[in-house]
Amino acid sequence: MSDFIGDWHSLLVLLLAGFLPNEVWRMLGLWLGGGIDEESELLVWVRAVATAILAGVIAQILVLPPGALASIPAELRYGAVAVGVVVFMVTRRSILFGVVSGELVMIAGKWWLG
Amino acid sequence: MALPALDSPNWQGTAAAFALGLRSVVSTILTLVLFATYIGIGALAHDTHFSLFWALASTLFVWAGPAQIILLSTLGSGATVIQAALAVAVSAIRLFPMVVSVLPMLRMPQTRKRQLILPSHFIAVTLWVECFRLLPQVPRERRIAFVNGLGSGLVAMSMTATLIGYQLAANLPSLFGAAILLLTPLAFLLSTARNCRQLSDVVALVLGIALFPLVSLLHTGVDILISGVSAGTIAYGVHRWRRRP
Repeated sequence: MSDFIGDWHSLLVLLLAGFLPNEVWRMLGLWLGGGIDEESELLVWVRAVATAILAGVIAQILVLPPGALASIPAELRYGAVAVGVVVFMVTRRSILFGVVSGELVMIAGKWWLG
Repeated sequence: MALPALDSPNWQGTAAAFALGLRSVVSTILTLVLFATYIGIGALAHDTHFSLFWALASTLFVWAGPAQIILLSTLGSGATVIQAALAVAVSAIRLFPMVVSVLPMLRMPQTRKRQLILPSHFIAVTLWVECFRLLPQVPRERRIAFVNGLGSGLVAMSMTATLIGYQLAANLPSLFGAAILLLTPLAFLLSTARNCRQLSDVVALVLGIALFPLVSLLHTGVDILISGVSAGTIAYGVHRWRRRP
């Protein structure tokens, strides 16, 4: 049971570093939302920064991979994602086809490399 | 699966509207993307040594894929609580305009703020997109119940996916574990690319990916923030420059 719950310290970290800094923006939107123009310049900047942060996280997982993903050579990780992006674009932005083909390239590549 | 007409008796009562919201979970391809993303998050939580309860609680309470991945990958790579909280807070600013744009569709003159707390918590990119697609087909007085149903359904499904991903990462051979971990960057990259509406969005995405490896060489502990704020600000500059008269 303690394996399932883990330690209280990491749950406190989840509250302080995960729940609160994330939820505060939703509640601010609820409390102060009325007077803000959705197309305002500030919100265009906010959206661009949020997108770029997410892009950085995507790069982080690929460049400094966690856990089992570290067993895949870097060229194969990048190649699989590149194929996924190309397939996504030629299938008129199908997320499904892009994800599946990227996965297949990585699995087949690792199989072939042994 | 189509929703009943606006004047249909099927909309009578809060419970019926909640159930119709719950049912709408299966009406979208985004559910599949969300499922894949949360399988990846569950696997990531396992491989960065968090407990299963921690992973499930993060899906329920944080309920924002990017924030959860940032939290896992920053804490997993040794960042302090403050550094992780800062990165999560900056990435979550985007929730603010989402909530601001959805609430006018839910609000009625007699609506109280506390009735909107739960729908606000459910708002993340998937629900935000679905609200714009589905709410025009929902009678205004039933929209809060409908969104609560849809949100509960998406959270329950995502917690199931978190559980499955965690267990798969714990029990599968390393090749399949790696395949599940690759789901996260692939699904996020492609769903973000799909949501790009303006040139500034595309620049932010491409530059954000390109800058991170360079900034990470500095080992600042807030690499994600530095690369994100720089790439995002440059993308905003491109947007301003293009709109010049």
